[in-house]
Amino acid sequence: MSADERSEGATVRDVTLAEICAVACAEAWRGSGEVLASPIGTIPTIGARLAAITFEPALVYGDGDASQLGAPLPIGAPADAEKVVEAWLPFGNIFDIVWSGRRHVMMGATQIDRFGNQNIACIGPWAKPKAQLLGVRGAPGNTVNHPTSYWVPVHNLRAFVEQVDCASGVGYDRAKAAGPTAQQYHHVHHVVSNKGVFDFETPDHSMRIRSLHPGVTVEEVQELTGFALVVPDDIPTSRLPTDDEVRLIREVLDPDNARAVEVPDQ
Amino acid sequence: MADGMTDKQMTDKRMTEEDVVAELRDGMTIGIAGWGSRRKPMSIVRAILRSALSDLTVVAYGGPEVGMLCATGQAKKVVYGFVSLDSIALEPHFRAARQNATIEAMELDEGMLQWGLRAAAMRVDFLPCRAGLGSAVRDNNPGLKLVASPYSDDEYLAMPALKLDVALLHANRADARGNAQYLGPDWYFDDLFAMAADRTFVSCERIVEPGGFLAEGPESSIRISRIFTDGVVEAPYGAHFTHCVPDYQRDEQIQKEYADSAKSPEAWADFRAKYIDIPEADYRRVIGAAQ
Repeated sequence: MSADERSEGATVRDVTLAEICAVACAEAWRGSGEVLASPIGTIPTIGARLAAITFEPALVYGDGDASQLGAPLPIGAPADAEKVVEAWLPFGNIFDIVWSGRRHVMMGATQIDRFGNQNIACIGPWAKPKAQLLGVRGAPGNTVNHPTSYWVPVHNLRAFVEQVDCASGVGYDRAKAAGPTAQQYHHVHHVVSNKGVFDFETPDHSMRIRSLHPGVTVEEVQELTGFALVVPDDIPTSRLPTDDEVRLIREVLDPDNARAVEVPDQ
Repeated sequence: MADGMTDKQMTDKRMTEEDVVAELRDGMTIGIAGWGSRRKPMSIVRAILRSALSDLTVVAYGGPEVGMLCATGQAKKVVYGFVSLDSIALEPHFRAARQNATIEAMELDEGMLQWGLRAAAMRVDFLPCRAGLGSAVRDNNPGLKLVASPYSDDEYLAMPALKLDVALLHANRADARGNAQYLGPDWYFDDLFAMAADRTFVSCERIVEPGGFLAEGPESSIRISRIFTDGVVEAPYGAHFTHCVPDYQRDEQIQKEYADSAKSPEAWADFRAKYIDIPEADYRRVIGAAQ
């Protein structure tokens, strides 16, 4: 982009959808405070680090291995890249942090449903799945111990389903049915997709449109969703990155444009 | 070494991969430490793959060792939080076993697996946790029970102890007496696997002389005391093709060959012949490692 365009500030024309998604992911951690941000995936990782170096400075983040960082590494940094280590975060410590509640994870979701149940375990019946995926990983424990958000890079009917095949991450209906101990620290926060941002701030905690990315219509996103979304009267457009955020994403956090692999440029 | 004590009087737990396999029995529950495709005791696993052992229950934060034991049919049951090759997210041999329902599965939250090992290590029946409540883990494991708090109205999941007959670990360094040292950034849950097991066998990249650990890393890196180990195998490249940092990174090319070997029985037979059904010294030659 030319210097002239930049001086006008970011516009829909010159920021990419991946960058809008990264900022939408960053926004999930706004107000989190001094907790561990655990992003799974490229764009959530950019988002967590962006939040930490801009509007959420107390946020804690790691290198995806065992180091808590004091300054962000670019996506794809080699294993031997020099890093500012703040603390040691091997998996044992991360599990302790999960139990403590001082964490906000953003996981992926092969499937997600109306009440925020998430599936990364298998497609089809669990006893003999049509497709075995990862297994439930940390999703059951994450979702009942601390806030959880989700990132779905391709919003479609396969991902946004009426009912998930295997509830790895616990949604609001299942937490309620499981009782107060399951509900005590349960909070599914945001779902970010390539079409918009969704939350559960409704009386029955069914999924609501929080914002739509520029150019996305309610009709389009509803057609790509396997259940009826709650549609508020006033739907904001997902905010664009500021000039400073665009610079940080492009020059500091993801200079190799790995984000375009997850969300291709339009 | 105490004055007057000879080497013979010192406990010497050195053995070979084949010696470890000779200690195993059909039907055993075997915990395999490491994490995903990271620092797995692959040379011992390869020796198991070459053996006639069967009906094994494998407990793991699973990587290729789980897929291989599924591929040979030696795993009857797998207890896991995930099975992944990390850089290849889905483990193809494990997937095939699940999709054909040729194994029993106990799929747990990662923290529940930790808690099950911890309970076994503490010799208690269970440990309470919130993890698992409300999730499909309860539906898929009807044996899991809840426990009421005696102090409040809380009701927790009672994660049962995952008692292991044997744990298999791979460390960076060990001594002949069975103390083990971890030089990478994460020892994962190797310590818990060792403590949850009746007997633990640890392979290592190199056996150091008594007192030799501190030349390799700080005291805090000598994570496992010989109290918890029963045998030590010196196994250079013993975690290969999984990674064993800082000694070596994952061999992504061989891992890809392994993943591709799930495409047909012939491909798996080829992989076996090339990398598994050979002595470890030959394995090191095949991967191009110095002797």
